[in-house]
Amino acid sequence: MAKHHVSALINGNPVEYLCDAQQTLLEVLRDELNLTGTKEGCATGDCGACSVTIDGRLVCSCLTLGAEIDGKAVQTIEGMATGTELHPLQTKFLELAALQCGICTPGMLVAAKALLERNPDPTEDEVRYWLAGNLCRCTGYNKIIEAVLAAAGEMRKG
Amino acid sequence: MAETIVYPERELKVIGTRPVRPDGVPKVTGLAQYGADFNLPGMLWGKILRSPHAHARIGSIDTSKAQALPGVKAVITAADLPEQKFEYLGPERVAVNYWHMTRNILAREKALYEGHAIAAVAATSKAIAEEALKLIEVDYEVLPHVIDVDEAMQPDAPLLFEDMITRGVEPPPAKPSNVSKRIEYKLGDVAKGFAAADAVVEASYKTKPVHQGYIEPQACLARYDSDGQAEVWSSSQGHFVVRTFTSRLVGMKVADLRCHAAEIGGAFGGKTVVYVEPVAVVLSKKSGHPVKIMMSREEVFKATGPTSGASMTIRIGVMNDGRIVAAEGVFKYQAGAFPQSPVMNGCMCSFAPYDIPNVRTLGFDVVSNRPKTVAYRAPGSPISAFAAESTMDLAARKIGMDPIEFRLKNIARPGAKTVFGTTLNHAGFAETLQALKKHPGYTAPLGKNQGRGVAAGYWFNGGGESSATVHVNEDGTAVVAEGSPDIGGSRASIALMAAETLGIAYESVRPVIADTNSVGYTQATGGSRVTFATGMTVINACNKVIDEMCARAAKLWKVDRADVVWEDGHARPAGKRAGEFEPLSFKAIAAKRTATGGPISASASINAEGQAPGFSAQFCDVEVDPDTGYVKILRFVAAQDVGRAIHPAYCEGQIEGGVVQGIGWALNEEYIYDRDGHMENPGFLDYRIPVASDVPMIESILVEVPNPKHPYGVKGVAEANIVPPMAAVANAIESATGLRLTDLPMSPPKVLAALDSRR
Amino acid sequence: MRYAKPKSVDEAVALLAAEKGLARVLAGGTDLLVQMRSRRALPDLMVDCKAIADMTSIAAEDGGIRFGAATACMALVENAQFSAACPGVTDAIKLIGSIQVKGRASVGGNVCNASPAADSVPALIAAGATARIASPRGSRDVAVETITTGPGKTCLARDELLVSFLVPRKQRNCGDAYLRFTPRTEMDIAVVSAGVNLKLDATGICREARVSLGAVAERALLVAEAGAALVGSKVDNAALERLGAAASAACRPIDDKRGTREFRIKVAGVLARRAAQIALDRTGKEN
Repeated sequence: MAKHHVSALINGNPVEYLCDAQQTLLEVLRDELNLTGTKEGCATGDCGACSVTIDGRLVCSCLTLGAEIDGKAVQTIEGMATGTELHPLQTKFLELAALQCGICTPGMLVAAKALLERNPDPTEDEVRYWLAGNLCRCTGYNKIIEAVLAAAGEMRKG
Repeated sequence: MAETIVYPERELKVIGTRPVRPDGVPKVTGLAQYGADFNLPGMLWGKILRSPHAHARIGSIDTSKAQALPGVKAVITAADLPEQKFEYLGPERVAVNYWHMTRNILAREKALYEGHAIAAVAATSKAIAEEALKLIEVDYEVLPHVIDVDEAMQPDAPLLFEDMITRGVEPPPAKPSNVSKRIEYKLGDVAKGFAAADAVVEASYKTKPVHQGYIEPQACLARYDSDGQAEVWSSSQGHFVVRTFTSRLVGMKVADLRCHAAEIGGAFGGKTVVYVEPVAVVLSKKSGHPVKIMMSREEVFKATGPTSGASMTIRIGVMNDGRIVAAEGVFKYQAGAFPQSPVMNGCMCSFAPYDIPNVRTLGFDVVSNRPKTVAYRAPGSPISAFAAESTMDLAARKIGMDPIEFRLKNIARPGAKTVFGTTLNHAGFAETLQALKKHPGYTAPLGKNQGRGVAAGYWFNGGGESSATVHVNEDGTAVVAEGSPDIGGSRASIALMAAETLGIAYESVRPVIADTNSVGYTQATGGSRVTFATGMTVINACNKVIDEMCARAAKLWKVDRADVVWEDGHARPAGKRAGEFEPLSFKAIAAKRTATGGPISASASINAEGQAPGFSAQFCDVEVDPDTGYVKILRFVAAQDVGRAIHPAYCEGQIEGGVVQGIGWALNEEYIYDRDGHMENPGFLDYRIPVASDVPMIESILVEVPNPKHPYGVKGVAEANIVPPMAAVANAIESATGLRLTDLPMSPPKVLAALDSRR
Repeated sequence: MRYAKPKSVDEAVALLAAEKGLARVLAGGTDLLVQMRSRRALPDLMVDCKAIADMTSIAAEDGGIRFGAATACMALVENAQFSAACPGVTDAIKLIGSIQVKGRASVGGNVCNASPAADSVPALIAAGATARIASPRGSRDVAVETITTGPGKTCLARDELLVSFLVPRKQRNCGDAYLRFTPRTEMDIAVVSAGVNLKLDATGICREARVSLGAVAERALLVAEAGAALVGSKVDNAALERLGAAASAACRPIDDKRGTREFRIKVAGVLARRAAQIALDRTGKEN
């Protein structure tokens, strides 16, 4: 079976790739495009480490086929900072020690950004429930939640 | 909210601050490279064939069809690894037996658990490698299996090793069994103690194996060159451990194997051994290509180490005034398919927080058809503490004493003897309990169906071998090369201690985890040892650098070395030359290195001693839904003696993370097996680790009772925090419902069944 | 495996009908891709239905809301008109996996995956929802409770495609709710669940009630006796007790890794009572 030819915008850049029908977006990102910031923790949609957005919608890239992306816009962790300027979420994660091992961090950041785009002033509970699909085994979540709330505050100040 | 006891000896400039970690930015931009993120030209994908049976004799393995599949470049079985001698090496608590280890890497005579590695392939794509696995034909003779520890100890239980004679029994038993080892510790006279007690409480407990649950599956990349040298990049707590184990298992010289510590996506003890590294090296050797192996989550659950499940009985004898006069514990721990559970630690730690005159602990190390257990955060201690600290609660209730008061009454203070023969020479336990007691939440009122539980926990903390080199750069900055993989921010604490010692800015110190060819031997990141032991090594190296800086200043000033002192980041003339020259800064001397003797660098390698034990005391509030058995954690407060918080945010993070792991262990995490010995929940959907919405903000209290044996008072902080939560939750459930739960996890069906049994 | 992305229902149905091997419909993919990874499903053809407008749109129709079977759950949750008109179904959809999973998962997929524990199904049944199924022979509308026939099994023929659902709009005198029990607050599969839909008359007497239970049998149950327990009452404590008992009595669950038989039977009654109470609280509210 011939490979699928896909044209997409990835982190704002036009990208073309070939993939097998069964290859997931996660595999395409990591194995074909060398965008290894998106992590595989389970490959079954249960950990959130592979979170990306497709046309602004937060999804698990492990539950998406690479072939589905034709004509879509994908944002990954690699596209979060603007040049050398970190996103406020990235800055707050660093300042407030919201990561220990850091493997869940890309997914957490992508998911938190999607939250703040919809809800710029979330409560602690809203952050906890929004991020429930992003497992972290190191932090007990305290500092992640604190960092998201702090970044939201920062972003509201503009 | 840190309870602080002021360190008496020196004022600190950067230690105790909360700077951004040096390795932070690549971790928030996705550029940090973890175990699965390395690639090489010509790289192949390795995949491992695993046993579908819990227990089976392996007749033959036919790999010819797999071998013939286009794109397959190598297929290996245990026959490609050298046989190892049967012997237990190293200290008993952490002894290694390579005969067992090689059989866990690739099964030989028998498959001992579902998921046991049987063979491996390397192919040009993942899909081809997977296809090839299906073409390997294995002739299995399925054998009866045993999962539960009590069942595995029955005389008629299926035997994993037909020749295993229990160690630690004199005279040795004539018949083989699944009991690998019996250990016993005694202090005083337990019978006498119980006879004198006003009251005796006793209960039996069971726990299930739980997995470390790191989010990053094991992964590595290996390259084996035709001259016999090889290189490995892997996600490990100790790349020197990877080198030791892999070189031995593959049969190569240590110097021929260079190991790199990839960034590591969580481990908690689970990455202190090797699984995929020797397989990748041999596949690379056989194929002539670099080979990458990534475990799936299912493989992680089925084939890497959880910690033990256990069956335990505790007896505590107590006087009406609250003094404990006798304590006894029997601990039966599952080791998994090969011996060496952490039962010895369980026996040692269970009553270690208390000064009890008569103690006896008895442990059994038992094999069964499950994955081999491996270290998990304070290995062994949380299991025995669940039993011991639950029974402590029963004892406090029996005599009507507040649970913190009861523990304070019996707390071990310096001079107290432990059951394992040592004498406690550190303060900190009582201070931690007192800090917990002072927390306003401890006396806050509780609502309907709510309860509060207290528990405490002990962990040894580790010292051991560490190496580091400090290089001074011409602009006055410094690079610290050390050998401890950084899991939770240790590069930040290392840089803080180096900056403090050298008297330069934190941002002027850049730490790096050097590969095995670039720094001296360093033990794995484990046992809460890195900030203590590697920190001490780095401080030693920094002190050597300072000594050299003084020598360089003496040279510049043309004075005796003895007439130069280091103060506040500067070399100053002293003694008879005091005041003769302007002090020279670190930067100024660094700039003159060429003229004063060349590069300035110093190395240190130590076997660190003087670690202080870790102690954590916690309380939690729960609410139990009487109609569903659901237990909601309302509040969790954890006090821990951290010695000195080098980077307080990462100390808090250790406590917060340890407690939440403990909550998962208490309420929901467990290995579930079907009748055929297959794990039914090998994924994060049904192996339920806590999610963000399950838990409240964990409130940590950093108690700083400095360790006098460390230059900055460091005690390990990573592990003691996971010891108390299971008992704290059980004790809180009893407070809420009047019911004592003795079986982990305390999942809703169990809680509801207990509630119903009373109705 | 081949991948096709038809633009219309007719095209999709033609692809399904023509496929000699195993064809699977890709709506959200959150179950299917997991099954493929574990090799429980090895389709020869994947028919991606997300480019079909009828299958991804949400629109008012005949006193109800029609939504495409491949609409992402998050699109439904974030659609104010939908969540106001269908509160009980929204309760259920909100519980399907994480935000990420809901960003892909569809109600059509949830229904056709035919898990006895599917969250959307008891809520749809309680709400009296119907599904539109297309095939080369045309289309038919069926009640949701008739779709699942057993674990992993539906009434759909191999050339049939579930296109959309129609959920009656909540009326002022009506209320519905869905609750499930899981050991975790999120990221879990229902151990047991209950959807309740009530209609009151002007005096507050319950005139109609539909009660559906999930994860207590081989498929979600519509429990007539449980609904009858409420009809004629003011949904007071005595009626709720009768409801709970009828719900528990209807259960025929199994012991499995997610829960015991006893637990499911008991908690089914508890959830039915609690869901009925929420449904009652929602009556009288404007939508």
